[in-house]
Amino acid sequence: MTAIVGAAETERIGIVPDISALEMHAESARLAVADAGLKMSDVDGVAAAGLSPIAMAHYLGIAPTYVDATAVGGCSFLVHVRHAAAAITAGLAEVVLITHGESGRSRTGAPPRAPDPASPQGQFEAPYGTLGPPTMFPMGVLRYMKELGLTHEQLASVPVAQRRWSANVPRAMFRDLITVDDVLASRMIAYPMHLLECCLVTDGGGALVVTSAERAKALPGPKPPVYVLGTGEAAETPMVSMMEDFTTSKAFRLSSARAFAEAGIGPADVDHLMIYDAFAHLPIYGLEDLGFVGRGEAGAFIAEGNTSPGGRLPMNTNGGGLSYTHTGMYGMFLVQEAVRQLRGEAAAQVPDVNVSLAQGVGGMFMAAGTLVLGSAAAAGA
Amino acid sequence: MSAASEAATSAPPATSATRVVPKPVPKPTPDTAPYWEGTARGELRIQRCNSCERAYFYPRPYCPHCSSDDVSWTTATGRGRLHTYLISHRPAPGFGDQVPYAIAVVELEEGPRMMANIVGVENTPEALMLDMPLEVTFEERGDQSVPVFRPAAGSAS
Repeated sequence: MTAIVGAAETERIGIVPDISALEMHAESARLAVADAGLKMSDVDGVAAAGLSPIAMAHYLGIAPTYVDATAVGGCSFLVHVRHAAAAITAGLAEVVLITHGESGRSRTGAPPRAPDPASPQGQFEAPYGTLGPPTMFPMGVLRYMKELGLTHEQLASVPVAQRRWSANVPRAMFRDLITVDDVLASRMIAYPMHLLECCLVTDGGGALVVTSAERAKALPGPKPPVYVLGTGEAAETPMVSMMEDFTTSKAFRLSSARAFAEAGIGPADVDHLMIYDAFAHLPIYGLEDLGFVGRGEAGAFIAEGNTSPGGRLPMNTNGGGLSYTHTGMYGMFLVQEAVRQLRGEAAAQVPDVNVSLAQGVGGMFMAAGTLVLGSAAAAGA
Repeated sequence: MSAASEAATSAPPATSATRVVPKPVPKPTPDTAPYWEGTARGELRIQRCNSCERAYFYPRPYCPHCSSDDVSWTTATGRGRLHTYLISHRPAPGFGDQVPYAIAVVELEEGPRMMANIVGVENTPEALMLDMPLEVTFEERGDQSVPVFRPAAGSAS
């Protein structure tokens, strides 16, 4: 078994134009390694997305002998944890450092976003006026509404529920409580999605340190290890228009099924849930695709408060990409919040969290990564 | 830093707002060339697998359903239905005077789906009904012709 022994976000998140993307990788890396009670020289494996792990490693003075450059969008870091767990178990690495840093808002030292007109997207989507995730990701929402009866009000209840969490999270960018009417009155971005149903665009970074359970127990740090109980990854399509079914994510289903099976648990065993919320419909798809509720039930489930503070399935307790932060590849922050909840150090702490599940998405339902994380009690460690 | 390079690293030039920006022009590759040769002639060409007999889109030389390389090009009827869409309020390059405009997925009569714009009808939630019948038409785009869809002739909507 493996464990996350170090976890940290950059000191500042939100609007940070004076720090480059690479610096954010490095700052969070240093904080995470220190959080683990390790030295940078203990790191023998690196993983990163957005920027090259080679660039990150060299910047930090590491010559790694395990490198993972898996870049499948915002869930890349969950997939990095999965690969790191496998690599450590197989003896390929001992201490793997996984980093994220993105100047998503300020674009300081950020790579260009240039669509290639000869790529499948360039030939079969871009000619129709796509411009970033808001014009692609919500493509299936109207189909979902027609087939499963989701209402605009239920969709709007997703940011409302998450703001109830972020109201108690000092680092969250948006903390004021909002109503369904506020959401529906906010500016239309891409019908049916209003501004408050679309994620933030921010700067920030985060890093994780993964090692074996044996080494985790021997570390001097005061933080309890967070055990990796189950992992999954999957990919469906590079183009949202090619989704097999616009009312469900195949990648969510495949990835989460793997993670649940590996952990030997089911949805009823999950105390705390993080579902990547680039847009308000993602938690709805996620709750159903992961089996937490039945088909067509997620909108009402959220609207009735089940995922809000005091509800029976606390979800996106940092406020999510809709309220906390969203650098572009937000998945790193899912894992950070899951780790905080399992350590008992979250800003909006849920009582008695022993099993947390983080469900990441990459691209526009392009790929997915799932982590089932647990306390020592849940891991039997 | 020279004045020229300084200008190049500052915010986008003010003229970009007023310049006429063309819509994106797709660039065919060898595996997609027959598709774009078709659209230039006013034909919507898709591929059909001779092994499992299923039609598919986007163009590639192997069947995504059964992996057969025994596939052939066929001209679609051009009839389809509005499967899903969104209405973008963000002007993509070349779409500035059309905002808000629908970006849609059309399900072809043959089965495959493709992204498209919807023309010949107001791009509003009231006018764009899911599953409404559509037919293909073509929009000139640089040296290419891009398939888009309009309400089918004689349809109630």
